[in-house]
Amino acid sequence: MSLLTMILKMAEGLSKTCAIFFLTLLFSLPLGMIVALLRMSKDKVVSSVTRFVISVLRGTPLMLQLLAVTYGPYYLFGISVSRNKLIPVVIAFSINYAAYFAEIYRGGIESMAKGQYEAAAVLGYTKTQTFLKIILPQVIKRIMPSITNEVVTLVKDTSLAFTVSYQEMFTIGKQIANSQTSFTPFVVAGVFYFVFNAIVDFGMGKIEKSMQYYK
Amino acid sequence: MILEMSNIKKHFEDCEVLHDISLNVDSGEVVSIIGPSGSGKSTLLRCATFLEKIDSGTIKYEGQTIAHTPDGEKPIYLPKKEMVKVKSYFGLVFQQFNLFPHFSVLRNVCDAPINVQKRNKEEVEEKGRELLAKMGLADKADAYPFQLSGGQQQRVAIARALALNPDILFFDEPTSALDPELTGEVLKIIRQLAEEKMTMVIVTHEMSFARAVSKRVIFMDGGYIVEQGDPEKVFGDPSEERTKQFLRNYQQ
Ligand SMILES: Nc1ncnc2c1ncn2[C@@H]1O[C@H](COP(=O)(O)OP(=O)(O)OP(=O)(O)O)[C@@H](O)[C@H]1O
Ligand SMILES: [Mg+2]
Repeated sequence: MSLLTMILKMAEGLSKTCAIFFLTLLFSLPLGMIVALLRMSKDKVVSSVTRFVISVLRGTPLMLQLLAVTYGPYYLFGISVSRNKLIPVVIAFSINYAAYFAEIYRGGIESMAKGQYEAAAVLGYTKTQTFLKIILPQVIKRIMPSITNEVVTLVKDTSLAFTVSYQEMFTIGKQIANSQTSFTPFVVAGVFYFVFNAIVDFGMGKIEKSMQYYK
Repeated sequence: MILEMSNIKKHFEDCEVLHDISLNVDSGEVVSIIGPSGSGKSTLLRCATFLEKIDSGTIKYEGQTIAHTPDGEKPIYLPKKEMVKVKSYFGLVFQQFNLFPHFSVLRNVCDAPINVQKRNKEEVEEKGRELLAKMGLADKADAYPFQLSGGQQQRVAIARALALNPDILFFDEPTSALDPELTGEVLKIIRQLAEEKMTMVIVTHEMSFARAVSKRVIFMDGGYIVEQGDPEKVFGDPSEERTKQFLRNYQQ
């Protein structure tokens, strides 16, 4: 197999890699906020249950979670494994990343000075207004570097979808590597991830810059 | 009477911070509160501005009961919906300014009138610019707080409080976080507001300022109002031993 056909075949899988990447961000970023708010709930039961769930999600391999979400329903309830693996893959990724984002959000929210809440309260802002207008924008700016870290990790983590044979770029590369007994596909995959992350870095840098108008 | 606080009690954990404090403020009156650290001055302002819940007592604004303890049990506050309106009765200027760093100066001043009081945007912004001009900050409308000195930030905070058209303005040590050379510009603004008959309650350690600007001085210690009255009397010839001692320490 020529290098070019190898690259083209793997590039075909890139759209699926991108699908995992963007859908995971789309779901996990807001879900993480809900989890963070539950984690900070005044209700002791809610916050400790959430805390436990977060620690399980962060304390077990994503690979295991992928297998659990994809094949768990079959072993537990006899529900046949869905043909489109994108769904379980995105569910597993979104839940896992939401746990990480939740802790980042929580750190950011808890780092906000009390004075911001008090100034808003005296001016008559409601709790919701205070959170959305005053607190959240500042939190987002503060946590952007940590978010960028997670997003870069996510790009690389998409390769874990090979464990459930979802035909994204790395899975295809691995299959080619096996059938051709060649190491080249891994090099190609490495280049793909590197370029992908260069683009991500550039994009995230732009977003961070757009928030640099204040300190 | 703009503000009537009667028999206010407040404790934190097992320490009683306010013992049965009563404070009435008349329209146009300027009241200064002085006293040693930990005497409960901030707590009193925080109760008046609903940042802290009272244990018992009554708080009225414009004769309207906002909080009371009818059966001596838990305090009853007006429902949240009505509190939004109540909050436009007063403004509070913090020691640490607490401006919103991500809002421009003009937005800091205008956002609450527009989004809380739901007033007309153009009108509010026009008034906001006027207020900034009055604070000597006409050219800073588009700046961000981090670009301003402490004195300028505090003047923005005053403009922000005034933009809601409050009937009474509270200051909690408005110049304590400022370098000495910047306190003057803030005190000048407060003095100017006093001349315009703005009703104000000012917690301060600036004794000569308190003496000059206020109509009444309150000396607090240990959660009690020890002495109050005409500034010339309280500063010049205090009747309580604690007051004398405090003022003596202050002069050293
Ligand atoms: N949130 C709180 N929790 C527990 N104790 C508190 C709290 N806020 C204030 N206190 C205590 O209440 C007492 C009065 O505090 P307050 O801040 O009202 O004093 P102050 O007169 O404003 O003093 P300062 O001049 O230092 O600002 C102090 O003993 C303080 O430690
Ligand atoms: Mg204080």
